[in-house]
Amino acid sequence: MDKSKFDVKVGLAEMLKGGVIMDVTNSEQAKIAEDAGAVAVMALERIPSDIRADGGVARMSNPKMIKEIQDIVSIPVMAKCRIGHFAEAQILEAMEIDFIDESEVLTPADETNHVWKHDFKVPFVCGCRNLGEALRRIGEGAAMIRTKGEAGSGNIVEAVRHMRTVQSDIKKLTVLQDDEIMAVAKDMGAPFHLVKQVAKEGKLPVPNFAAGGVATPADASLMMQLGAETVFVGSGIFKSEDPAARAKAIVQAVTYYDDPKKLAEISASLKDAMRGIEISEIPENERLAERGW
Amino acid sequence: MNKKKSGKIVGILGLQGAYQKHIDMLDQLSVKTLLIRYPEEIDKCDAIIFPGGESTTMSKLIDNMGLREKLKNFSGPKFGTCAGAILLSEYCDDERVNTLANVPINTKRNAYGRQIESFVTEIQLSNEHNHTPFPAVFIRAPDLVIINNDVEVLAEYKKKSVLVKYKNILLSSFHPELTNDIRIHKLFINLIELE
Repeated sequence: MDKSKFDVKVGLAEMLKGGVIMDVTNSEQAKIAEDAGAVAVMALERIPSDIRADGGVARMSNPKMIKEIQDIVSIPVMAKCRIGHFAEAQILEAMEIDFIDESEVLTPADETNHVWKHDFKVPFVCGCRNLGEALRRIGEGAAMIRTKGEAGSGNIVEAVRHMRTVQSDIKKLTVLQDDEIMAVAKDMGAPFHLVKQVAKEGKLPVPNFAAGGVATPADASLMMQLGAETVFVGSGIFKSEDPAARAKAIVQAVTYYDDPKKLAEISASLKDAMRGIEISEIPENERLAERGW
Repeated sequence: MNKKKSGKIVGILGLQGAYQKHIDMLDQLSVKTLLIRYPEEIDKCDAIIFPGGESTTMSKLIDNMGLREKLKNFSGPKFGTCAGAILLSEYCDDERVNTLANVPINTKRNAYGRQIESFVTEIQLSNEHNHTPFPAVFIRAPDLVIINNDVEVLAEYKKKSVLVKYKNILLSSFHPELTNDIRIHKLFINLIELE
């Protein structure tokens, strides 16, 4: 029975493949996202670049605002809880959110433990920077993994680093012999049975999406070519000069990610993207990707 | 595209969604597949699968990318799963989805509720003599409401039609591509062989 419960969670992640999941902060933005062809929206009070600018503690969004977004769109609605904050997750589940993101974008509530996601009927997505982190989250019950990137930066460099790291970690596993896997599992700090499964299959046991820094159709294409199966776009859309057109363009860019001519067409009429931040300008203790254990 | 035993090519609409899972199923049946993202690719296909995913997203891409007429008028066998079934239906209760109107059924999106109501259950396939149940995965599934007696019901769940056939078109509100059971894909391949 547990197996079928997990299959249903991963099943929804499968349906979101080849799409774009957009951060929205109110029902108007949710409508724009849906009209542009988003496969899901992430309901949150402040997009990452504003969380970064405002400082303070970032928590789960107000249920009223989440409910308004649920009422206006027919695509799946996701929402974030703080790392380890299972009570926030319980509230989101009670609201029948379609997917919970246990997210480093919010201020962590537990500096040791993540939420035990197997206890929930709602599927979870979690961020990772490498394969060990991905497999720890899957071990806890995550039905989808996203590479973290650096949320709210408008800079793709961290997303690329994390995606390349995960892919290269996977490739390295596939050439190991059985007697070498335990030592690798120990080094990675990841559950042995999952390490073994990845070594055998050469891919993650759940869909792998990309997040954190996507601002243009070309960024979306880059992440897809590096192995992402769907792209999350946060600040990139509603911090640009032309959210509706950009949202639509990024949706098309994910479908035609391997067709540069089409991507040129798609990108041609867009106005300026969000400004973006050089990662070295972000103090180390403010880098969101470092959160999560 | 590998060399496969049958010469027939099954196109899989590759705009968004679980298209790879259908390709994996057809690989098991040694059927040639082609991902469809451009209008001219439709001409190369003998049959088309419309995969699960988000029907609003696919509906918009079908229009924005100029695929509508060719997909609608394609006369070979078609198979729609979940969102794909919505796209092939006559009418969808959600005005955001512009359907291809190939099958006289009305679809209700998310008829079973949000993701928390998604489930796996066993159903009986009415066209088979053996009674091995089929593991049906329902993900935010639509309801298929028949509006014409020519639509044949091949499986029901709690008195709702969940697998139907109309002429050479097969629709399911659940996801056979998410299981290891190839029977429904085989049924579809048989439709192609009959053409």
